[in-house]
Amino acid sequence: MANKLIVSLSPHVHGGDSIQKNMYGVLIALVPALLVSFYMFGLGALAVTLTSVAACLFFEWAITKYILKRECSTLSDGSAAITGVLLAFNVPSNLPIWIIIIGALVAIGIGKMTFGGLGCNPFNPALVGRIFLLISFPVQMTTWPVAGQLLAYTDVNTAATPLALMQQGNLSELPDTLSLFLGNHAGSLGEISALALLLGGAYLLWKKIITWHIPVSILATVFVFAGIMWLVNPAEYASPFVHLFAGGLMLGAIFMATDYVTSPMSHKGQIIYGVCIGFLTMLIRLFGAYPEGMSFAIFIMNAFTPLINTYCKPKRFGEVVKK
Amino acid sequence: MKTFKIGGVHPAENKLSAGKAIVTLGLPKQAVFPLSQHIGAPATAIVKKGDVVKVGTKIAEAGGFVSAPIFSSVSGKVNKIDTVIDASSYRKPAIYIDVVGDEWEEGIDRSQDLVTTCDLTPEQIVAKIKDAGVVGMGGACFPCHVKLCPPPGAKAECVIINAVECEPYLTADHRLMLEKPEQILVGVSLLMKAAKVGKGYIGIENNKPDAIKLLTEKAKAYPHIEIVPLKVKYPQGGEKQLVDAVINRQVPAPPAIPVNVGAIVQNVGTAYAVYEAVMKNKPLFERVVTVTGHSLPNPSNFLTRMGTPMSQLIDAAGGMPEDTAKIIGGGPMMGKALMNAEVPICKGSSGVLLMNDKEASRAKEQPCIRCAKCVGACPMGLEPFLLATLSELKEWERLEKEGVMSCIECGSCQFTCPSHRYLLDYIRYGKTTVGGIIRARNAKK
Amino acid sequence: MNVILIAVISLGAIGLISAIVLYVCSKKFAVHEDARIAQVAAVLPQANCGGCGYPGCAGFAGACVKAADAGSLEGKLCPVGGASVMEKVAAILGMEAVVTEPKVAVVRCNGTCENRPRTNVYDGARTCAIANATATGETGCAFGCLGCGDCVAACGFDAIRMNPDMGLPEVDEEKCTACGGCVKACPRHIIELRPKGKKGRRMVVRCVNKDKGPIANKVCAVSCIGCGKCVKVCEFEAITLEANLAYIEPQKCRLCRKCEDACPKNAIQAMNFPPRKPKVEESSEPKA
Repeated sequence: MANKLIVSLSPHVHGGDSIQKNMYGVLIALVPALLVSFYMFGLGALAVTLTSVAACLFFEWAITKYILKRECSTLSDGSAAITGVLLAFNVPSNLPIWIIIIGALVAIGIGKMTFGGLGCNPFNPALVGRIFLLISFPVQMTTWPVAGQLLAYTDVNTAATPLALMQQGNLSELPDTLSLFLGNHAGSLGEISALALLLGGAYLLWKKIITWHIPVSILATVFVFAGIMWLVNPAEYASPFVHLFAGGLMLGAIFMATDYVTSPMSHKGQIIYGVCIGFLTMLIRLFGAYPEGMSFAIFIMNAFTPLINTYCKPKRFGEVVKK
Repeated sequence: MKTFKIGGVHPAENKLSAGKAIVTLGLPKQAVFPLSQHIGAPATAIVKKGDVVKVGTKIAEAGGFVSAPIFSSVSGKVNKIDTVIDASSYRKPAIYIDVVGDEWEEGIDRSQDLVTTCDLTPEQIVAKIKDAGVVGMGGACFPCHVKLCPPPGAKAECVIINAVECEPYLTADHRLMLEKPEQILVGVSLLMKAAKVGKGYIGIENNKPDAIKLLTEKAKAYPHIEIVPLKVKYPQGGEKQLVDAVINRQVPAPPAIPVNVGAIVQNVGTAYAVYEAVMKNKPLFERVVTVTGHSLPNPSNFLTRMGTPMSQLIDAAGGMPEDTAKIIGGGPMMGKALMNAEVPICKGSSGVLLMNDKEASRAKEQPCIRCAKCVGACPMGLEPFLLATLSELKEWERLEKEGVMSCIECGSCQFTCPSHRYLLDYIRYGKTTVGGIIRARNAKK
Repeated sequence: MNVILIAVISLGAIGLISAIVLYVCSKKFAVHEDARIAQVAAVLPQANCGGCGYPGCAGFAGACVKAADAGSLEGKLCPVGGASVMEKVAAILGMEAVVTEPKVAVVRCNGTCENRPRTNVYDGARTCAIANATATGETGCAFGCLGCGDCVAACGFDAIRMNPDMGLPEVDEEKCTACGGCVKACPRHIIELRPKGKKGRRMVVRCVNKDKGPIANKVCAVSCIGCGKCVKVCEFEAITLEANLAYIEPQKCRLCRKCEDACPKNAIQAMNFPPRKPKVEESSEPKA
């Protein structure tokens, strides 16, 4: 026996799960949606995504090293890369590169590192970046290219998104539900194809990276809310399927709202969180000034997460018997 | 298939020695008997230096009601009464006996014949169990007779035998069931008689189909004993989890114990010890111990006399591998890392696990990403991440409110944590401290 | 015109009502605090270390005022500010300052990496409180320093530091205020507050091992083995032996250093004495 014996406390084995596994799992789940966006928007999508990921990684590295003066161990865990991809997914594919870089700086710098880095941020960093860009550059952030212009970047033809059409009351111009589902319409880079996002979601569920509670409660709430409005007045309100497949709902429900750091811990809390997000999204979509409310809804509920955590405790063993 | 309701994890089973029949291990040169091998007051030595003892001679008397006497497992001469580092890594008083020959006390039935008839009253059975020093053999070592005498206000309705062996690597109980099924069933009926209950269950996880099949067949002769196959999930061998799985009742938060919901839980090894104590007049001085590990040449199950140093077991299993980095007394989830291999086998030693340098060290701690996997894994419905943080911040009052005393230290949270956080280290520290605060508060009242 | 009037009247009304509410509240819920408490608190160091035994400096100030009303400041000491601050406090309260001996934290373990070989490796959270749960820890000694630095973390004055070569904490006696934070933080109760002594000189048994002699002897080169030689050699009955461990009572010790010479294990250490000249009987001068 060459070594000194190790003394440590139990447990002496580990399940082998790691931050990396979870984060790279999310990245893998994002691949189908990424491929669809390359297919629909071509060069622009590629340029935006690469810039965003590279900028996020760079800012994470630079801030950790030169401002926090810590060892740079969080770069390889994939969390900054996810922020980069999600930020890219939330912007139009014809967004100029310098705007993306500003978005990445805000996402990583203000959204994440200000609070102490991975695990400490109260808001989803990609959302912080996205909302900052939306408010600062409303024109660039709301001119969406028409799908299918593979080689164009900032010089594309643009069109209104389904949600913008709804906002303007042009229900008749809406694309049919199938093309909404598949992703053949104008919109932000990664949000267009509900099918690809659902595939990614199924992968996350299969790998047990997320649980069903948040996505299902969001989607169900939106479906019910939209369904009631549609039944009341089909001429004014779009069908619940259009609401499910249009805009950033799928992306938000499956990838953004389920962010570990900013979502509640107990299943009960997760359902409350999901229902509130769905409800807020529909309120903003139907009655608000912005056509899309997903990012704001998640953002608002992120702020409520600590409160939900305080009051929604998991059911303890033996509690039922006691009462 | 039944199992418990909340949380749980699935560690790799690694039952390397499941196919190995129990081998009787040779006598040690010197046997060491720590005086506290059980929960409760330590036993008091009743032999002195130079005394001659036989196998089965009582060498230490119980130190109170919650305590148990200790019997010599060897014949020979008392060398000294000194201290030894036991499996808890604390230095404790112990009796050292130099082994001479193998002479047994009169009255111990050494034949292999099965005895099934018993005309003792329940009180006599309990007294006999108490006098034979039988304690829980699963690892916690709670004196067996105490559990059979429920506190006032609680009434036992059934005996549940814990044959789950949910710890990875360990196979001692599994082998015992395969090789001594009838003795175990007699032991269970004795326990039922002693506790004055009409129903007995034996809970076995379905990764041991051979044991389930064998016991189900043999149990046909015992209509009041039911074999309950359980879905594999750690920590099913926890008392509260087992009661939940088998009879679907949840034991309330501490200080409640299983008998408050009518169940008396005993380990399958204990049932066998009870059989030997009552029917064969043989006090508890030997047990089955699994010696295992990936680097070990020959993982085995040994019938071992208490007091044998673990190094002797390791040698018998092929010798200590060169790359051993950690020796664990018990299983990998709840066992304790030992300081060295000279620790003696005690009543609660269910296994010796050798880990090589690749398996042994923990990964580096990373920041909590609040993924809530620990919350999902906790079988007690607690929030491990919160308990660990509060413990780190020394917020004892809040820690108590968040239910730290309910923690059963099963390690599921730390096992599942993707950030490799030392959750249980901190929670255990918090639990110890809060426990002390509660005891001080109760003492004041 | 009307609009302005309405605005002025409504704002004025709100202001008036608020003023009345504030006035009533300030009278109704006023807390009468002894003015001296604030004065006393002002001269305290405001470190809020709790070394005095009260919750923070404000708590200590309140206790001092109460004690002064009861007649004496005895037993009240701000360990951080020391005698000078207590004199100021006494002056504010019109009392005599009671002189209390200054103290300093002493680490009663000399189990350096050299003296006490590591037999095992601890793998887990780097805090003593948790390492202590492994019972014996990294060395054979179940009583000695664990070396994870809980005392360092507890010190608010940067007065205790880990010496990486020795694996032991070292007290900076200039900075140490004897607040007792490290004493409470140490799970093995190794650190003790002892009177500083004249010129900072004191005799200390730097070991807390209560194991029997042979075991203590084996695990550490400078452990107290409870042989009792120091007890015999001491002329002032300052050394007691309990549970295989010698303890020097600082009040009785006359710093003769005989015990230091008598100890076969060098477990007794003379602190802050000038280096001994070889063969000169300096040690026999009693400093009474």
